[in-house]
Amino acid sequence: MWRYIGRKSVIYMLTFVIAVTINWMIPRFMPGDPVRSMLSRASVSDPAALERMNNYYNEIFGLDTPLYEQYLSFWAGLFRGDLGVSIMLYPKPVTDVIMGAIPYTLALLLPAILLSWIVGNRFGAFAARSKILDNSILPVGYILTATPYMWLALLLAWSVGIVAGLLPASGGYSFSLRPDFSWVFISDLILHWILPFLSMFLVALGGWAIGMRNMIIYELEADYSNYLQALGAPRRLIRRYAFRNAMLPQITGLAVQLGTIIAGSLLTEIVFNYPGLGSLILDSINNNDFFLLQGIFLFVVVGVLIANFIIDIVYVLIDPRTRVQMTGGAA
Amino acid sequence: MTNVAGAPGADKAEPTVGGERRFAETLHFARRNPKLLIGLGIVLGFFLLGLIGPLFVDHDPNEYVGPQSQPPNGEFWLGTTSFGQDIWAQFVYGVRSTFLIGFFGGGVAFLVGTAVGFVAGYKGGWVDDVLNMLTNVVLVLPAMVVLIVAIAYLDARGVLIQGIFIGLTTWPWAARAVRSQTLSLATRDYVDLARLSGRRTWRIITSELAPNMSSYLVMTSILLFGGAVLTAAGLDFIGLGPTNGVSLGLMLENAVQWSALQLGLWWWFIPPGLGITVIVSSLYILNVGLDEVFNPKLREL
Repeated sequence: MWRYIGRKSVIYMLTFVIAVTINWMIPRFMPGDPVRSMLSRASVSDPAALERMNNYYNEIFGLDTPLYEQYLSFWAGLFRGDLGVSIMLYPKPVTDVIMGAIPYTLALLLPAILLSWIVGNRFGAFAARSKILDNSILPVGYILTATPYMWLALLLAWSVGIVAGLLPASGGYSFSLRPDFSWVFISDLILHWILPFLSMFLVALGGWAIGMRNMIIYELEADYSNYLQALGAPRRLIRRYAFRNAMLPQITGLAVQLGTIIAGSLLTEIVFNYPGLGSLILDSINNNDFFLLQGIFLFVVVGVLIANFIIDIVYVLIDPRTRVQMTGGAA
Repeated sequence: MTNVAGAPGADKAEPTVGGERRFAETLHFARRNPKLLIGLGIVLGFFLLGLIGPLFVDHDPNEYVGPQSQPPNGEFWLGTTSFGQDIWAQFVYGVRSTFLIGFFGGGVAFLVGTAVGFVAGYKGGWVDDVLNMLTNVVLVLPAMVVLIVAIAYLDARGVLIQGIFIGLTTWPWAARAVRSQTLSLATRDYVDLARLSGRRTWRIITSELAPNMSSYLVMTSILLFGGAVLTAAGLDFIGLGPTNGVSLGLMLENAVQWSALQLGLWWWFIPPGLGITVIVSSLYILNVGLDEVFNPKLREL
């Protein structure tokens, strides 16, 4: 078990190093001069100001020093927690800006991922090999996974939020309120949370249901299922065994799908104007705030790595084969 | 669907009696599988729409041609935007670019993924270790976020560049799947024979390994195609789409940016999203149909 976790940790460390390297490389090796394009889009006309800004950015990127020195100082800055200063919200440091947005993103992501996974697995297991359910849930599941996150979000925002006027369709809380720990604010927060959550939940749900349904069908074809059936075991029992075996690939699937779901949450936030990382990404792109954009990139990568690590540990704990190894096989 | 037809085509290079019978059997089940027929029908329909539709549009899709904010009517089938752009024109061009990005993005991902998977699975040893490590690293990196950062720095963007970038970030799961299939095939006797007879690695891969998992490769390419379409739509929606281009994702972005939601211009944002959803879900359902045709265990009795 420790070997398994050790191997995985090596991969995660490597991924982190590569992500940081990508982050460092992109502005330096992409065609074109990042400093000039940033300045030209900011459209500064005064030549003296342009010169000053040019020097400032050159200094921040450290473009005058040799490459390896730039690379090392980039890492050094990272360990100090220094991701630069946001251009859009000058002079706020990038780390602070991101920290303010992360609670909103997590509040959407975690419930959407976990609930869709649980409910989707139940649905899928239930639908497998029962003709009527299979023929209705399967197409619905495929349509849901094929739906672009932002489109379902748009449909919900428009139908429930604007036409029916049932729930707020924009923002994380009403403009009239200030964030505090009052009941009014929290209920307002929850009302604004429902629609974005629902739209992410629905899109993610389809994929899990389909995955589980397919896994169960494969498990029901396996020898142990046929054997149990031949012994005359009740259908429920066979299904329960199939479900437990099908869980393991679904947990791995959770790790694989994580990137897609995060991308989905970013898109959903943009539609609902929800004050999380997604809206921040959109703002930073529109304002050419590359420091902020790269900071968000690093935060998301670190989040994905932590989540992957947790999933690995859960997998090890759940998989009976590794569990037996842990207790020395005495059980 | 050139890359889909390409994989089983390798099968026909050396026709044998067994191969022909298998092909006939596959065709027999394929013609009776409603999922495959419906999925294929819809995908082909949209493909033709994207191919032919723009020929009947005699103006630039982004041109301001009509009255503003018109609901769908006889002249403008899907209505107009708040600038007076013809949404039907944008839609057919958008469908075309959806297929383009699917072919490019899915194609690049398919090439990289299968190449890595075959080589890793067949070569084994340290080659496998290195490639597997690479696959796992790219798998963990959230593709969309990497794409956002990379593409944000590009000044001029086109469908081709977008496709290459999408392909380079979305291949890992395909590589994993192909690798595990290759591992199970690589120890078969006929592969050993081919190796003993001194054939080159890539010949063994293309003539012994690939044909025996052609059905698997076809399905992988379809899923990669669908994935590329969805990823591209997301990028377009954030505003990282092709510069001055037309795509379904860009239509959604414009609709949101110019507050079609608040103005109630539902004909602006429903068609593009619906188009993507229908194309991709038909691809997925087509894939299930193929799975049932190729895999006897899944056939409904």
